[in-house]
Amino acid sequence: MTALLTFQDVAKSFTLHLRGGVVLPVVDGVSLSVAAGECVVLGGPSGAGKSSLLKMAYGNYRCDAGAILVRDGDAAVDMVRADPRVVLSLRTRVIAYVSQFLRVIPRVSAFDVVEAAGREGGLDAATARARGKDLLARLNLPERLWSLPPATFSGGEQQRVNIARGLIADRPLLLLDEPTASLDARNRAVVAELVREKLAAGAGVLGIFHDSEMRDAVATRVVDVTRFAQARAA
Amino acid sequence: MSAPLLSAHGLSKAYGNRLACAGIDLDVTEGEVLAIVGESGSGKSTLLSLLAGELAPDSGHVRYRMRDGQTQDLADLGPAELRRLMRTDWGFVRQDARQGLRMAVSAGGNVGERLMGMGERHYGRIRGQALDWLGRVEIEAGRVDDPPSQFSGGMRQRLQIARNLVTGPRLVLMDEPTSGLDVSVQARLLDLIRRLSAELGLAVIIVTHDLAVARLLSHRIAVMRAGRVIETGLTDQVLDDPEHAYTQLLVSSVLAA
Repeated sequence: MTALLTFQDVAKSFTLHLRGGVVLPVVDGVSLSVAAGECVVLGGPSGAGKSSLLKMAYGNYRCDAGAILVRDGDAAVDMVRADPRVVLSLRTRVIAYVSQFLRVIPRVSAFDVVEAAGREGGLDAATARARGKDLLARLNLPERLWSLPPATFSGGEQQRVNIARGLIADRPLLLLDEPTASLDARNRAVVAELVREKLAAGAGVLGIFHDSEMRDAVATRVVDVTRFAQARAA
Repeated sequence: MSAPLLSAHGLSKAYGNRLACAGIDLDVTEGEVLAIVGESGSGKSTLLSLLAGELAPDSGHVRYRMRDGQTQDLADLGPAELRRLMRTDWGFVRQDARQGLRMAVSAGGNVGERLMGMGERHYGRIRGQALDWLGRVEIEAGRVDDPPSQFSGGMRQRLQIARNLVTGPRLVLMDEPTSGLDVSVQARLLDLIRRLSAELGLAVIIVTHDLAVARLLSHRIAVMRAGRVIETGLTDQVLDDPEHAYTQLLVSSVLAA
């Protein structure tokens, strides 16, 4: 079976034109893959390029070299070279990305944020509503908050809205960047359970979890990113 | 992938020896929001006028897929045909509401005028639709007979949106629709634009100098400088991993909020 996500010899650096063209190397020679049912966790110290790899897989960062193949049904799409419209379509149907922060849409209630994400991801209105309620309840978000915009919520509450939004639809590839960093132990356990359910349903996960308990609960494999560190350019 | 709704090829326009637009290529399709960003004087507004057929380019073409499915060069349309297109299938939300509205005519009249332009003559239906659209842009029904000269800045922009969308256009051009508004009013307007463009599957080309507006509303972005598009792509990619020196400067100059 072909992998859901494959990095083939990927390299990335940042060129800072405003700093005299200084080149900041990030990673080089990255090859890894994520199969259905697998949770590959990126390890390594802060600054090693873990988040950058997730952002490249989502099409949020460009690559200097290599290919990042995402399976879309029977086809494989190279995120590095895909047209922006193709990338957007994959984000709607195939790739879910949950970061550490909820980018807040002004004036929209927490429940509507989650439900809308479900409908955008292809669920019908009734399913999106039902799953939204179920997810927010499982993530222990007090029901009195559901009708309020998340802007005023605590970090942990916002993050649970963010997780519900990211996991509500049935996307086969999950990119999780420290989704549990601001959560307490009880809610981390809920997220671990949600991730395992996704894996059991055939999804694949590429994730970053600094919390070792969380990592042990979901990881099927750990890839140390330091081996992709570029030789520092002169 | 279906053909774009509107496409521009090699659009150029000079004022004297100053190039306002130089060799611009872009396209947009239904359900897609394209943001054109850049500083004042970069040629954004000239580009919008060229796309709208208000200005004739020195060279290049703008092609549009008409409702009958035929793609036409705007230069081949007569003035009457172009006006009809502008009044029915296109919307244009202006930065200055006074250019997009009739300030002395009632709010209902402003919305109804576009319907009458499409041949609607039934007063009750026109008023009904006007009221419906005022409601959708969150203007109270009780204000239907007031002229926009009595409205706040945010209400005027919402009225412009109602006036433009009442005819069911497929393409909406917006020139700095939120600038000059208070932040809270801006947020409300942005949410409205985002919701309506998604619900109605509109193609939107929005000119803005505000990168936060571009990030919130657009799928794709084109960065302009000195009349040229210097960088284009997925909005979040261009803003989070800008490649061109000038885009890096723009992005790094924004105060984080």
